[in-house]
Amino acid sequence: MQAQQISIFLENKMGRLSEVTKILSDAGVNIRALALADTSDFGVLRLIVDNNAKAEEALKTSGFTVKKTPVVAALVNDRPGGLHGILDLLTKAGINVEYMYAFVAQSGDNAVMIFRFDKIEEAVAILTENGVEIIDGNKLYTM
Amino acid sequence: MIFNIEYETMPREALEAIQLRRLQATLSRANAMVPFYRSKFKESGITPQDIKSLEDLRRLPFTIKQDLRDNYPFGMFAVPMDNVVRIHASSGTTGQPTVVGYTARDIDTWAELMARALTAGGATRGDIIHNAYGYGLFTGGLGVHYGAEKLGASVIPVSGGNTRRQVIIMKDFKPSILTATPSYSLHLAEAAEEMGVSFKDLNFRFGVFGAEPWSESMRKEIEEKLNLKAVDIYGLSEVIGPGVSIECHEAQKGLHLFEDHFIPEIIDPDTGEPLPYGETGELVITSITKEAFPVIRYRTRDITSLNPEPCICGRTMVRMNKVSGRTDDMLIIRGVNVFPSQIESVLMEIEGVEPHYQLEVDRKENLDILTVKVEISDKTFSDEVKELQRLSATIESNIKETLGVSVSVKLAEPKSIARSEGKAARVIDRRKL
Repeated sequence: MQAQQISIFLENKMGRLSEVTKILSDAGVNIRALALADTSDFGVLRLIVDNNAKAEEALKTSGFTVKKTPVVAALVNDRPGGLHGILDLLTKAGINVEYMYAFVAQSGDNAVMIFRFDKIEEAVAILTENGVEIIDGNKLYTM
Repeated sequence: MIFNIEYETMPREALEAIQLRRLQATLSRANAMVPFYRSKFKESGITPQDIKSLEDLRRLPFTIKQDLRDNYPFGMFAVPMDNVVRIHASSGTTGQPTVVGYTARDIDTWAELMARALTAGGATRGDIIHNAYGYGLFTGGLGVHYGAEKLGASVIPVSGGNTRRQVIIMKDFKPSILTATPSYSLHLAEAAEEMGVSFKDLNFRFGVFGAEPWSESMRKEIEEKLNLKAVDIYGLSEVIGPGVSIECHEAQKGLHLFEDHFIPEIIDPDTGEPLPYGETGELVITSITKEAFPVIRYRTRDITSLNPEPCICGRTMVRMNKVSGRTDDMLIIRGVNVFPSQIESVLMEIEGVEPHYQLEVDRKENLDILTVKVEISDKTFSDEVKELQRLSATIESNIKETLGVSVSVKLAEPKSIARSEGKAARVIDRRKL
């Protein structure tokens, strides 16, 4: 019940991000969700794409360092307190959220959030036990 | 194996007798043929006849790179152009290029020295030598080439550049000896990996690397990545080119300096005073057999020390330690002497960090700021920003601890720091002093 996210290292340089989007566009890869963590010197770009293998190959050929990281995509009720309910469960179970970001598409009335946990399997177990729907990677990439 | 047993294992006393005779002959010729030396000797109130022992050498004035530049192009030649058969020149990246000449006998001497060097580095007649030093005005390519032929090995004159083709040649021709600059050898390793070629499947036994300072930890990395034994070679075009000194593959501990052709001294770079064996300072070399371009007490600007202890390989010639830096590479950061090689050693001790780095020096509000750019590798890249920040902080604190200087580390994208196919450009100094 995990999804794969790809991350790349970017220097903080003018136009660097658009180079990445060009490479992916040329390779016919669709970006499904994206988050950029940045510092004054560099950034880490995290991506959920429709075709990991193609994206990884295209980026590596262009000289980027690419890493795959397992993440969890969970359905969140799109109403006040929806996200809080999930975070509350995790906090009580002692699970840390390393980072999270929102997925572009909705699933019915729900928003989709991408989570990176320190204890990924425990997190998935707690969430499923409590009725939170987790979206499998294969479904997520083409949603 | 030793190429020239008679000279390379000669007892000290006999060697010194030869040195003195050759030194005196060189001084007389330089005095007679090169106006620069004649006026330098005159200024110091000395004549070649005053040099009666090897100790007297220290009475002679130094020659520096600027002297060679002042006499550009052929002013330092000690023979008529009729007798010069080859001309090489330095790149001139730091100013006027320096031009050196060789007589037919000089070329022969150089080939002999390079044959000795390659043999010390593990080569024999049966070896195929992949020579990736640049051919041209730079002495590296042709120096190795003539030595390899003198030895009777098969040399592939592949020169620098066109790295993908080099990998194919290494795969198909199965060379057993690699000669290249250390930074280019790692570049070759990267290219091979990208092409799906493993050095484990290649045939290399030894590599002879030089033309730029490199650290022990870089040696370890080269030996692992290229699956060969790496030895260090030293030389400079002003003296002859590569083949001034060489490590033996048996000990890999210090470079035997061919004292039947060169007399080494170590001096304090500030005072010019000669230092005893074992002490670290600037290497000064006097050539004692060269005809076209003799150099007398030439200041190499390379920092090293000399070790007279006998070596397990049987050679009796003094060993110079691996060059730890250059007097002109040395950066003074807020009063602390910093050599790029020291930074490199610190980097290589951190798991996963590759020796691809660059030092940038700026001066802000009268304060020196040293920035160390380090490339991220597959091993050091983490998806989490805090891990990357931890890596920068580790490098910063290790450098501070080892060198006593504060630096700021900037992580860079892989392959974003230029790999020169010759010498790596390690330092960008933007201070306007």
